[in-house]
Amino acid sequence: MSDLESFREETVAWLEANCPPEMREPMVDENDICWGGKNPTFNPGQKEWMDKMAAKGWTVPDWPKEYGGGGLSRAETKVLLQEMGRLKIRSPLSSFGIWMLGPALLHFGTEEQKLHFLPPIARGEVRWCQGYSEPGSGSDLASLQTSAEDKGDHYLINGQKIWTSYADKADWIFCLTRTDKTSKHKGISFMLFDMTNKGVETKPIVLISGQSAFCETFFADVEVPKSYGEGVSSVVGEVNRGWDVAKYLLGHERSMISGDGSSGATSLGSKFADQFGRDEMGRLDDPMLRAQMADMDIDVLAFRAMAERFGDTFKANLCHPAQPNMMKYAGTEINKRRHELIMSAGGSEVLEWESDASNGGLTARGWLRTKANSIEGGTSEVMLNVVSKQILRLPNA
Amino acid sequence: MPLYLNDDQKMLQDSAADFMKGEGDVAHFREFRDKNCKDGFSHALWKQFAEMGFTGILVSEEEGGLGLGHVEAGVVLEEIGRNLTPSPFLATAVAGVEALNAGGKALREKYLPGILSGDSVLALAIDEGAKHRPDQISMAATREGNGFKLDGKKQFVVQGGSADTLIVVARTSGSAGEDKGLTVFAVDANANGLAKDSVRLVDSAMAAHVAFDDVVVDADAVIGEVDEGNAVLQRMLNAGRAGSAAETLGVGAGAMDITVDYIKGRKQFDTIIGSFQALQHRTAHLYSEMEIARATVLKSQQMLDEGSSKAAMMVSVAKAKAGKATALSVREGVQMHGGVGMTDEYDIGLYMKRDRALAEFMGDANYHTNLVAEMHGY
Repeated sequence: MSDLESFREETVAWLEANCPPEMREPMVDENDICWGGKNPTFNPGQKEWMDKMAAKGWTVPDWPKEYGGGGLSRAETKVLLQEMGRLKIRSPLSSFGIWMLGPALLHFGTEEQKLHFLPPIARGEVRWCQGYSEPGSGSDLASLQTSAEDKGDHYLINGQKIWTSYADKADWIFCLTRTDKTSKHKGISFMLFDMTNKGVETKPIVLISGQSAFCETFFADVEVPKSYGEGVSSVVGEVNRGWDVAKYLLGHERSMISGDGSSGATSLGSKFADQFGRDEMGRLDDPMLRAQMADMDIDVLAFRAMAERFGDTFKANLCHPAQPNMMKYAGTEINKRRHELIMSAGGSEVLEWESDASNGGLTARGWLRTKANSIEGGTSEVMLNVVSKQILRLPNA
Repeated sequence: MPLYLNDDQKMLQDSAADFMKGEGDVAHFREFRDKNCKDGFSHALWKQFAEMGFTGILVSEEEGGLGLGHVEAGVVLEEIGRNLTPSPFLATAVAGVEALNAGGKALREKYLPGILSGDSVLALAIDEGAKHRPDQISMAATREGNGFKLDGKKQFVVQGGSADTLIVVARTSGSAGEDKGLTVFAVDANANGLAKDSVRLVDSAMAAHVAFDDVVVDADAVIGEVDEGNAVLQRMLNAGRAGSAAETLGVGAGAMDITVDYIKGRKQFDTIIGSFQALQHRTAHLYSEMEIARATVLKSQQMLDEGSSKAAMMVSVAKAKAGKATALSVREGVQMHGGVGMTDEYDIGLYMKRDRALAEFMGDANYHTNLVAEMHGY
């Protein structure tokens, strides 16, 4: 047996022995996501599962062990995720710390910053949010104005962020601030600070889905220390070079959002055939809908192969650096189409917004949520601009 | 296995790319088209394919081949597609060899040497109507003495007029729609009672309508088992479909490269038209579709090589996705070329025509999309 196959066997055995049964139930909605943090809300089984996985480093399986990770290779990580998928085991911990800040620190952080910030992320002890967009800086993110004035031993932050996901529930923020007004791209810094600081205020934004995953975040004379200890600067990378970190992270964010394009394990068509009934040939008894479902199956399976290839080439440094933009574009557009189809198949029943039968309008709210996919983290139009300029090398107007 | 080419496969890709560009590029394609060649391809080039080892990619090493897999066959096919190289590679060295691999050793000993040397050409006689419907095959093969007698008609037998041997799928029992009862035969293309009417297709390739009128074959012409030919057929179809998806991918990638180059050079309103966002977004979308298609093609080939039980599903995904992406590539290509896209002088139209013919080979995107729905049980 190869090393990888014995790893697979041991992994399956451990997962089956340790995963609480509640964590093998399908997720119903966003409340089933375990976010951790200083003021966590845990459903049954969540804390146990998070702690057990964190003890093995498997909340962040491919991070190095010294930072709380599992130290697994790409191939081992793939096996772990495959087996978790196969056994229908939920992710033990989701967080912007894992998806975003972690990769930024691993790439740009000092050793001291890594040792200070990463292990609490891996253990789910600190919940982070991301301060990027501002009311006047959407697609043109680098025009951001939130200022960080140098006051000797600290920075003084003033300004406003918007679309800050779960800012009202987060403990800390990684935030783009303007440290030099004379240079657009080389006047931005990537700062880390505590959301309980005096002067930080958050206000949830009600969306068309009726939900409020995003916030407006206000900073009024917020004092951020320059250092949290020796070698632990509050700025990641160099001062005024935060745009480099931001760009690197946008790549991660785009790859992550693109993952929605390959989610949804079972084929839509087989699910709805059970609901609609079948004709005498065993086909879904609505030919137009069947054709659309089959098209969607092709696109979802195709995108799943693309996601695998992207992951493999990304890790091996074989993919174009702008490829995450293509992934984000394709993945989000598929996910939006998928939810359109789910709404269409559901008919009038999925219009119900508050009924118990509709689980509080779960399908409709989910459909509306997907409309943000092609806006957040860079719009589809911006993705296409980047692909055409950086990959296809088409000229500027 | 990571979903990208390994170093050996990259090397094969480089040599296949150099070879097709050097020996079988679009100028070569035009030469054979313009002299109204009855084969539609060069036998000399086919010999060179053999010298390069390409015709033995799917032949085991013990039998004199390279003992490689579908990924490697696909690498060669993509370059064929990109250069519009006319050759019998797909039918002979991929689908044909895979059919032989599914049968007994005796037939391989008879046919493989000619394939390995580039002297032999195989053609596939599967389709009986305008659309690919292998489950509806009804051509009859009835017992006759020690062998069988074939009666019926086949069409879209690509390069059927040039082949020395036809791989023929016929029904020895049962009726159309049943898996059991199919039998696959290797038939001498010059057998008595076999009539071939070769016609030129839109992409300048030659295909034959083949009529079988009491064509007698020996029992040892059966590939695999009598009545159990569906296993041979499915293996041949998987190889041919994954292979044609790879060739299609090459056609789409070639068309996209030509088009991107064109819009980088063409000026209107004193401006390079490739700087217009109206074209940039469409081109970037096309790039995205082609990248996804590439992932599906490689995935399907890897799964075939691993012998995965789910390979057929991925092969259909690849054939459908590569078909759709390449259809988009050639349509956008002609449109973005503007008026010159309509001329014979520019190559883009040749890619459009090649894609149209490849799309019909072993099932188009609709056929495979329907198949995926059926495999999912709806």
